[in-house]
Amino acid sequence: MEVTLTHYLVLSTVLFAIGLIGVMRRKNLLMLFFATEILLNATNIAFTAISHYIGDLTGQMFAFFIIAIAASEVAVGLGLLIVWYKRTGKIDLDQMNSMRG
Amino acid sequence: MFEAIAFYLFAALTVVMFTITVVTSQALYAITAMAAGMIFISAFFFILGADFLGAIQIIVYTGAVMALYAFGMMFFDTTRKVVEKRVNPQIVFVLGVLAAILVVAIFVAPIVSNNIHALYPVQEGVGNSQAIGMVLFTKYLVPFELAAVMLLVAMIAGIVLAGKKMDKSLTLMTEEDIAKAHPQHESHHSAGGHH
Amino acid sequence: MEIYLYIALFAPLVGSLFSSLFASSPKTMITGYVASGLLFTSLVSSMILLSYVMGGHTVHVEMMTWMATGDLYIPFGFVVDQVSVVMMMVVTIVSTVVHIYSIGYMDHDKGFNRFFAWLSAFVFSMMVLVMSDNFAGLFIGWEGVGLCSWGLIGFWYHKESATWAANEAFIMNRIADLGMLIGIFMVYWNIGSLQYDVVFEQIGNLPVVVITWIGIFLFIGAMGKSAQFPLHTWLADAMEGPTPVSALIHAATMVTAGVYLVVRSNPIYDLIPNVGLFIASLGAFVALFAASMALVNRDMKRIIAYSTLSQLGYMFVAAGLGAYWVALFHLMAHAFFKALLFLGAGNVMHAMHDELDPFKMGGLHKVMKGTFVMMTIASVALAGIYPFAGFFSKDLILEVGFVEHHYVIYTVLLLTAGLTAFYSFRLVALIFHGEERYKLFGIHPHEAYKFMLVAMSPLLLLAIIAGAFKMTYYQLVTSLLPDTQYHVHSEMTYWIMTIGTQLFVMAAIVFAYKKYGNWSGVPDGTSTMENRFCYKLLWNQYYIPKFYNEVFSKPYVELSRIAWKQIDLKIVDAIVDGIANFIYKTGENTRDIQNGNLSTMLRWMVFGLVILVALAVAFSVGYNAVGA
Repeated sequence: MEVTLTHYLVLSTVLFAIGLIGVMRRKNLLMLFFATEILLNATNIAFTAISHYIGDLTGQMFAFFIIAIAASEVAVGLGLLIVWYKRTGKIDLDQMNSMRG
Repeated sequence: MFEAIAFYLFAALTVVMFTITVVTSQALYAITAMAAGMIFISAFFFILGADFLGAIQIIVYTGAVMALYAFGMMFFDTTRKVVEKRVNPQIVFVLGVLAAILVVAIFVAPIVSNNIHALYPVQEGVGNSQAIGMVLFTKYLVPFELAAVMLLVAMIAGIVLAGKKMDKSLTLMTEEDIAKAHPQHESHHSAGGHH
Repeated sequence: MEIYLYIALFAPLVGSLFSSLFASSPKTMITGYVASGLLFTSLVSSMILLSYVMGGHTVHVEMMTWMATGDLYIPFGFVVDQVSVVMMMVVTIVSTVVHIYSIGYMDHDKGFNRFFAWLSAFVFSMMVLVMSDNFAGLFIGWEGVGLCSWGLIGFWYHKESATWAANEAFIMNRIADLGMLIGIFMVYWNIGSLQYDVVFEQIGNLPVVVITWIGIFLFIGAMGKSAQFPLHTWLADAMEGPTPVSALIHAATMVTAGVYLVVRSNPIYDLIPNVGLFIASLGAFVALFAASMALVNRDMKRIIAYSTLSQLGYMFVAAGLGAYWVALFHLMAHAFFKALLFLGAGNVMHAMHDELDPFKMGGLHKVMKGTFVMMTIASVALAGIYPFAGFFSKDLILEVGFVEHHYVIYTVLLLTAGLTAFYSFRLVALIFHGEERYKLFGIHPHEAYKFMLVAMSPLLLLAIIAGAFKMTYYQLVTSLLPDTQYHVHSEMTYWIMTIGTQLFVMAAIVFAYKKYGNWSGVPDGTSTMENRFCYKLLWNQYYIPKFYNEVFSKPYVELSRIAWKQIDLKIVDAIVDGIANFIYKTGENTRDIQNGNLSTMLRWMVFGLVILVALAVAFSVGYNAVGA
């Protein structure tokens, strides 16, 4: 019953898939943000597991920077979200179609 | 043995929590489930011996990011059910599963692991936090400083975006409205002559 | 000396480029003067080179590298040796005369400047052809003269017949050039060089079969340029061009390029006497064949063109029998008197307002004294009467045939000599003597400009005295060409032959004068002679143009029509349209993707991710499978 790197990678992939499904099915922007957080965390698990099993700190470094990026993403993203909400009163993806070709 | 039990337990919990986050129609459920999921993920970090990262995960994600989301949600009507129009949920599911299977195939096949070599091996007799600190402030000093600047920029951006005057868009407004809102521009324009 | 070489070569090019600057503008005299002046410079340089070469030297320069890839090395090299300097003299003398003459002849033409641009370009190409020291350069000049000939035959491009003739000449020459190109490729393939000196040094090491094929293919090229049977039809049609062009290109220089090629390649043809005999036989056949067509023709310029064809046949006889210096000598002499004849014909045409039928002229010697004298002397020279140029060169060819024991060829050539004299003086008699039939058509002929006659005078002089240079010429060229002397064994036979030939030719001239000197009326196709079978056969040029039309042109048109209607429209166009249609439809159908909905875009993004990852898996699986 030893836990190997593969276990972690599979778990990470499963979480990533959940995140992907969320990104695709959510129409509410806030919920979409939650899904992206799941994606980032899934990769973090993979990085850390590889780092552990290979005995290299680089993976943890990457996870660390990813957390920093996630934090700034939330700050800017929420700011934009609030601006959008103030203007339109809605945060539904389907209504943001100004990029229609 | 203990490690295996812990892994499977937390793996199950994390998957459940994130699934709830993705499928629920209540915003509050979603945020709560996600906060729980974040904490469970930190458990993996502790299992893997990345103590520092585990702590950061709890502090930054559960402490800062989730709090930020919580504040953000206060702007929106959170008690109401999130109504979303669903188009072809099967496709979403199929695509997600397909991506997962393919990535797993890549991971399981002995392709990735064979090609990885340790760049900065873990030093013996040094704690995780200390080791991370040593690498972070030597090899990754520049990225670290850049990350700091990025966070600062993001903070300022968050403040500015959520600020008062940001509910108007100059690009979406007509010329007349801009002129009304900013009378001093009007005089400037007339002084500048015809365009 | 190199500087004179470059001047001789490039002065015509400068003249051509200068004239082409004004090509689309109305007549400016300066182009004529500049082009003629530069041609004269070229002539002077050639003369200096001639005197230098006579001193026993040659000039060989390598101007620049043209192609150098791997083992292939072809320079732009030029050589002035005993053979090329003779050609240079012929080309520059005739072209200078023709240039000056053309200032008068093209006086009223709208394309005056364009004419000089083409004409000088032609001279440049011809100089490249004769001066090149390798087959590739020769080929460039060869194609260059072909192009200029096309441009000049079709000079009056608004005339349907002129453009048709130009295309005919061009296409026929391309067919022959393919043969020549194959010959050149074979030379390169077997020897690895195209330089004359290298090729001629090593050609003897090759198997006879290969040399034979090389000789045959090179001769095919020569056949096209020199209009030998069966590629002869273009030359008569090429008379659609302005008369100075006919004089320069289609009599004196370009058409003799084939002879030049054979003469230049004499080390090759020396090794294959069988091909040489074929060339000689074909030459003899063409001499008679063309002369027979000239007998009945009623187009002044075509008669002279057939006579050119016939004389080219003579040259090939000489070249084929190995008497290269004789061929070159006849080439030279022929260039002078034939150009003179053509320019005279040009004067007559001008006087008669472009009327070409000699039966509509007559009695012109009263109004056109100068032209009359010149054309008569040119015809005498052509007929080969002592002491004019033709006697020395043409009789020599007859002797060659006799000495080499090819009596059939000798007989044919003798007969042709009589025919030549007959049709030449038929023409002279019809134009200048007898009743003044032109009055019926209300034409008032006038003599050409004085300066045109003066310009022609050097040719007149050369047509008279060229024979005097025979020994000088012989000593000059035999340092490069085989110096076989052709002496009839017994003195007696020689005198009988010479005097017999002279009498035969004289008789032909007298007969021509008798028959046509007092001609009256214009034949209208009703006389018994005109309805005889052989007359009709000759009149229709042995039905060869008709045969070509039926056998080659019409099926080709039919084939082209099929290719157009069936293949091009139904297959090629359909495919192209199909591709365009497919892309258009695809765009039409996929434009829904760009609906601006971010959620849909995210789905497409994931879809792309899946495909990429799938590819990664597929490739790594494949890679591992191969690796294992």
